[in-house]
Amino acid sequence: MLCNLCNKNQATVHLTEIVDDQMSELHLCDECARKKSMQMEQQFGLSDLLAGLVDYGKQLGGAEKDSPAMQCANCGLTYEDFRKIGRLGCSECYTSFAKYLGPLLKRIHGASMHTGKMPPGQAPEAPRPQKAKITKESTIDELKSSLQQAIEHEEFEDAARLRDKIKELEQKAKEPESNKQTEKKRKTKQ
Amino acid sequence: MRFEDLLGQTSGWLKGIGPNSDIVISSRVRLARNFTKIPFPHWGKKQDAEQVLVMAENAFKNTELLRDGLFLRLDDFDNVDKQFLVERHLMSTEHATRSNQKALLVTPDENIAIMVNEEDHLRMQVMESGFDLDGTWNIMNMIDNRLAELLPYAVRRDLGYLTACPTNTGTGMRGSVMLHLPALVMTRQINRVLEAIAKLSFTTRGLYGEGTQASGNFFQISNQVSLGQKEEEIIGNIKGVIKQIIEHEEKARESLLAEHKELLEDRVWRSYGTLKNAHIISSNETVELLSMLRLGNDLAIVRDIERGLINELFILTQPAHLQKLENKKLSANERDVKRAQIIRERITK
Repeated sequence: MLCNLCNKNQATVHLTEIVDDQMSELHLCDECARKKSMQMEQQFGLSDLLAGLVDYGKQLGGAEKDSPAMQCANCGLTYEDFRKIGRLGCSECYTSFAKYLGPLLKRIHGASMHTGKMPPGQAPEAPRPQKAKITKESTIDELKSSLQQAIEHEEFEDAARLRDKIKELEQKAKEPESNKQTEKKRKTKQ
Repeated sequence: MRFEDLLGQTSGWLKGIGPNSDIVISSRVRLARNFTKIPFPHWGKKQDAEQVLVMAENAFKNTELLRDGLFLRLDDFDNVDKQFLVERHLMSTEHATRSNQKALLVTPDENIAIMVNEEDHLRMQVMESGFDLDGTWNIMNMIDNRLAELLPYAVRRDLGYLTACPTNTGTGMRGSVMLHLPALVMTRQINRVLEAIAKLSFTTRGLYGEGTQASGNFFQISNQVSLGQKEEEIIGNIKGVIKQIIEHEEKARESLLAEHKELLEDRVWRSYGTLKNAHIISSNETVELLSMLRLGNDLAIVRDIERGLINELFILTQPAHLQKLENKKLSANERDVKRAQIIRERITK
């Protein structure tokens, strides 16, 4: 679909407006949306601009190809639907689209963990955000997958720690070999 | 209590009482809640929405604070009635526009209102007159705790309460305060204040919430972030910001009185004069003039009128209220005549 304003670029931001019972839709490209953003912020409010923001989450998730096929098993909403309407279909969508929603929530709220109340009878405090654990037994593959998760959740401090640990381990893995090689070299010299 | 009784009474939050009620009209807390696995209203089928209505109505009947409330199935109401409820700040325009399988619960004092099947299964609000966010939150929290025992809330330990729009995920909470800031507007400081608020992740809206422009010097300020902060922290942050805005408005009022007393008195008395004598008056003009009259009342320039009455006139002069009072449909021109009549009658009583 082309942008309603410039008719040149692909529309990526989709807005629905209701005035006097009449519903109208506006489809804009990134550029036109940005130009009109001030005006739209006032007219449509933040939540309606979400449909545009969601694309950001998708880029972070880095899985452009598989997203249209993703569907919530409980309510049938696809990620593409969510992109268009900016609303999720049911509570299970939070699990179905966890990969994309994590970064999106972080971008909207600047946080990704609930710390507020829970229903009485359930734990009152949410658990602390899980710090990626580094043990002596952690393998490089485990650490790499933790690193990926940390990046997705924009836990950059964790990510930096993990990156350094991975470098360290990779270095160590190479060391015994390189030591042997230097020994061999010494022997041949002698 | 019947629906018809609402017209004859003043909403609790409009009474013009409570802390800082010269500058703060009302304090409001709302929570968004959903039921696990049932599709959200925009995505669900008719039977899903029906199921939610039945579950909600039963739970309300078994909740002390809600038991005496009016449960209104909006399918049964015409557009004027629905607009009437919007004008009283009991529900959103969205709820009035597409109202199939939607309901509203409102308590007799109108301080508690719950929209069923709006954007979320439940949108609950508690509203009080004056600056009292702690009080409104305490009541909201009690209702929420009770409903949590009766309804299958969609909630996760890591993400909190799950909502249709990710902007509400977590606490599902918005705290908001309606402020009357005529002096900051007149001294042209308001934009600086609003810019500062925006930087702190707060949103400013007009008298009628999302998507409305500020008019009559009214500004509704609310938190934007709902995830990663405790409810009490959110309330505390809003309170901190509002306290500062109140101080700025007070200073601006003092400086207006000190430096431009005649000008200010002239505007107040002219506004009062027009309201007392006009026979045709638009809704916009009414809001502007009432705003000046309210300021004049706050500063003891005009002493023979109650703050509560001025507050009430803001709502009574809205289109649907006028039509309910006249008990028939009125054209825009007819409304301008009726509006002027209502104001004259009430002000000179």
